[in-house]
Amino acid sequence: MSEPRLIEISPVTRVEGHGKVTIHLNAENQVDEARLHIVEFRGFERFIRGRLMWEVPVIVQRLCGICPVSHHLAAAKAMDMIAGVDQLTPTGEKMRRLMHYGQVMQSHVLHFFHLAAPDLLFGFGAPAEKRNIFEVIKEQPELGKRAVLMRKYGQEIIEATAGKKIHGTGAIPGGINRNLPIERRDHFLSTIDEMIEWSLDAVKLARDYTLEHEDVVAEFGSFPSNYMSLVRESDGALDLYHGNLRALSSIGDTIFDQVSYTRYHELIVEDVRSWSYMKFPYITELGPEAGWYRVGPLARMNTASFIDTPLADAAHKDLKAVTSGTPNNSTLANHWARMIEVLHCVEKIRELLNDPDLQGTDLIAKGDRREEGIGVIEAPRGNLIHHYKVDENDQVTYCNLIVSTTHNNEGMNRAVKDVAVKHLSGQEQITEGMLNHVEVAIRAYDPCLSCATHALGQMPLQVELFDADGGLVDSRAQCI
Amino acid sequence: MLLIGYGNPGRGDDGLGPAFSENMAARSLPELDVDTDYQLVAEHALTISDHDLVVFADAEIGGTKAYSFREISPGAPEVLGSHSLVPETVLALCETLYGARPKAYALGISGYEYGDVKEGLSERASANLADAEAFFLDWLKQQAASKVVLPA
Repeated sequence: MSEPRLIEISPVTRVEGHGKVTIHLNAENQVDEARLHIVEFRGFERFIRGRLMWEVPVIVQRLCGICPVSHHLAAAKAMDMIAGVDQLTPTGEKMRRLMHYGQVMQSHVLHFFHLAAPDLLFGFGAPAEKRNIFEVIKEQPELGKRAVLMRKYGQEIIEATAGKKIHGTGAIPGGINRNLPIERRDHFLSTIDEMIEWSLDAVKLARDYTLEHEDVVAEFGSFPSNYMSLVRESDGALDLYHGNLRALSSIGDTIFDQVSYTRYHELIVEDVRSWSYMKFPYITELGPEAGWYRVGPLARMNTASFIDTPLADAAHKDLKAVTSGTPNNSTLANHWARMIEVLHCVEKIRELLNDPDLQGTDLIAKGDRREEGIGVIEAPRGNLIHHYKVDENDQVTYCNLIVSTTHNNEGMNRAVKDVAVKHLSGQEQITEGMLNHVEVAIRAYDPCLSCATHALGQMPLQVELFDADGGLVDSRAQCI
Repeated sequence: MLLIGYGNPGRGDDGLGPAFSENMAARSLPELDVDTDYQLVAEHALTISDHDLVVFADAEIGGTKAYSFREISPGAPEVLGSHSLVPETVLALCETLYGARPKAYALGISGYEYGDVKEGLSERASANLADAEAFFLDWLKQQAASKVVLPA
């Protein structure tokens, strides 16, 4: 009889940052337990204390080199509240939205083409040397060039609105510190139609993959869950920048709807587990067993009543038709949802570029100061919450952050377990291809596990196989 | 010539690359374009395709000297991550996508403290940065001199 074994995938590759998976096999080689461990750096919540409120939207970008703009905007929204501003000027809000759509677009493009495409094009079990962007480019060079140019477009939008590629200062408490000059607008307009066309192609690519592999997609790390996102206050439309909270069950029943995000702490509880630094939030009224939920692109497709841009709305209807309008519980459908959001962002960017408010000069609104602020945004990976309190000297005294990857913690762990049970149980030999199946399930969530340090010389990938006594049976290491 | 300094200034010595490129940008050196970013990403392949000579500046872990400087060639590691593209990969993407192969160097500046969310460089890293800057400015002079065509 074989001995129980522990398998570690540490860190997981082609995700944003570092994480570790441990899989425990029993003596019969059946999966007993599988967990995703994320060493999230919550020390940031202490780091920010004592900083002046106006500094916060810039400083929080240091939290992460992957999604600094999302943190910048969520913090700015919280600081708006402290500044007593409930409604930005049209130029202020539209410039911020433009920045946000550029961020979501470039992040989603990077994920789909760079991180996920090798799995989707070559198969989850393909040899490791085949599963990288170079092989994708060799097969489809035009796709590679488009991916670069689409990401560049999104990054240039960020630079134009935030001022810099790194540590931008665009959003400030109560508004924005710049508008968009005509010449920059014209520069972006000159290629926007191309971006729309390429986004449509990307949606088709993801859609066709999902439908052509329906049998794989339906069962791969998929399970019913609750879903939560912001939706537009007036009509429940998809809104990535602002709105109220909506949560639906796996069959589409409303758990809560149109609740102000300033009440997030009444709606969700952050649970802790002994084996992870990252918290496990759940919906308060449903409790820890039934109340866990997912966020992100697919969650947003599930919760939104419709999309207010025509091409993305048609794509949304197409996706919803697969499950007859009820929530789609297939984890891998996140890729399709992600590309629909790219299309939506590009449509929104076009709409904004044609709006003269972007050249307005009324940039900052004023209000009666408060001592507490909560900012929530739909970041690329899902709902992102920033909550601060400040003292009479404008210094931060309290900070609580719930990032998208934290919301998805339970979902990712369940996906890991589901895939491990289906693809590793009963196997005498655990191959690299089998382990990649586990990573594919995690990658669908596009988790940001990033500490954003990447100095020369690091070798972040280590896959280790231990026996029941903790002895190292096998290991692999490679640079990502 | 293009200089790309990259890293996260909010992670202690990981900010060596941006500090280096920003200091160079402040000097407004002729014929030196400067780019600063958190990380190397795929579109840097497009950026460098327009240049004959590129220098990548980053923090270096475990360096035995204040800085290292070496010529690099295109290379594709087995597995790629968006989070940590290395200069060799950017060069390979540049060659694969755009058929351009600029001459390239990697400047690694030794750092020591990366673990905490912390602004500012450690004392030793700051000293290494100064050494690397002095070296680079001297190297730039040599590059410029080598371009001077002496009259026949």
